[in-house]
Amino acid sequence: MSLEETPIPEIRVHPIRNGTVIDHITAGQALNVLNILNIPNPSSGVVSVLINAPSVHGIKDVVKIEGRELNVEEVDRISLIAPNATINIIRNFEVSEKTHVHIPEKVSGVVKCINPNCISNSNEPVTSRFTVKPDGRKITLRCSYCERTISEGIGDHLL
Amino acid sequence: MTFKDLHIISMKSFSRDMIDHILDTAEKLEPIASSKSKSDLLKGKVLAVMFFEPSTRTRMSFETAMMRLGGDVLSLGSVDASSIAKGETLADTIRVVQGYSNAIVLRHNKEGAAQLASEFSSVPIINAGDGAGHHPTQTFLDLYTIRRESHLEGLKIALAGDLKYGRTVHSLCYALSLYGAEITLVSPKELRMPAEIVDDLKSHNIKVRETDSIEEAITDVDVLYATRIQKERFPDPAEYRKVANSLQITPELLEKAKPELKVMHPLPRTNEIDPRVDDTPHACYFKQSFYGVPVRMALLALVMGALE
Repeated sequence: MSLEETPIPEIRVHPIRNGTVIDHITAGQALNVLNILNIPNPSSGVVSVLINAPSVHGIKDVVKIEGRELNVEEVDRISLIAPNATINIIRNFEVSEKTHVHIPEKVSGVVKCINPNCISNSNEPVTSRFTVKPDGRKITLRCSYCERTISEGIGDHLL
Repeated sequence: MTFKDLHIISMKSFSRDMIDHILDTAEKLEPIASSKSKSDLLKGKVLAVMFFEPSTRTRMSFETAMMRLGGDVLSLGSVDASSIAKGETLADTIRVVQGYSNAIVLRHNKEGAAQLASEFSSVPIINAGDGAGHHPTQTFLDLYTIRRESHLEGLKIALAGDLKYGRTVHSLCYALSLYGAEITLVSPKELRMPAEIVDDLKSHNIKVRETDSIEEAITDVDVLYATRIQKERFPDPAEYRKVANSLQITPELLEKAKPELKVMHPLPRTNEIDPRVDDTPHACYFKQSFYGVPVRMALLALVMGALE
């Protein structure tokens, strides 16, 4: 068998025993999802990331977090950049719960206002706050202070 | 409907009924504003006036309004001579000043400053301009001027000048949409009204027309509202002069208008209005700046709970 014909071993991300699998993340947003979840940090455990993985609807990103079950607030934050993501809570290798992300009405402390002259970007004791308006597959954030909106590239403005 | 302790941040939090009530109250207080009668309505109350940016009309009309109603005014004075120069946050300044006053008027260079102040204040915050954001009391006095000098119902109005950056026209458009006005927007293409505001007006079934010709716009409107065109918006001074000249309001231009047309301008003007217009019955801008007093009297009396 020639070198060219040698089968390339398939590299798989192993199933996890306990934790969370975030599936159907908008392709290219996996690293922003990690950012929202404050990963990596010293206690984040093993995290696997698939970027541009083939799927029925094209390509997607997938994040597997071992030993951590995401709570509702964390899941909702992910919806800002990956509105079609699904959350699978894994217990003992089995999918114990499967939910879709839910777009929250308001978010605070996740995204920075794009207006450099917004009071929320100055040295004041407040965190950024936005109202969230879903519009089909698109999401628009409106700053609760200056009312400037963000609808493109929300992942580029994460705090 | 209660106005006591209400923060006045943006026109968007006011319904048409609320606006009508404020304008009705202003009309009742107008004789006091023009010294025809006296009032002690706000005696014993203190208004804190905090201007982080320069102002003539807004600041003085708030101070006059408070004094005409028998109240006292406490001024921040120069920002350079205050704790703000030492790096104090706006939040801390507001928490301190609320303890000295019954209401706070705030002008600040950052958008959202009044909203932030309202989150740290137990007394009403009145937004007197937050950067390129809102200036609701200007809109109230504009509406009051239109009501007193023309009519709000079935109004045909042309807004001319810098419609892109001019915060007064954005808020005014929103408020006029509550009254079903017909709006003509007159500006060069560089200074057009932002598309989202035009779309918003159209979604409220408002007739909106855009043109760059003031001659075309002026023929059938009741009010012509001019705004200042700022030189710094144009990289080329020649282009600025061309645009400024094309939108200048002159007595000759006004010959094409209805006799009852009123010309408004938030002031200060540069050369948008020929001084010869001042002596025509169309000129309304100095009255407009006076109307800031009864309108601000109404707002102060309502938010301080002296009137229902």
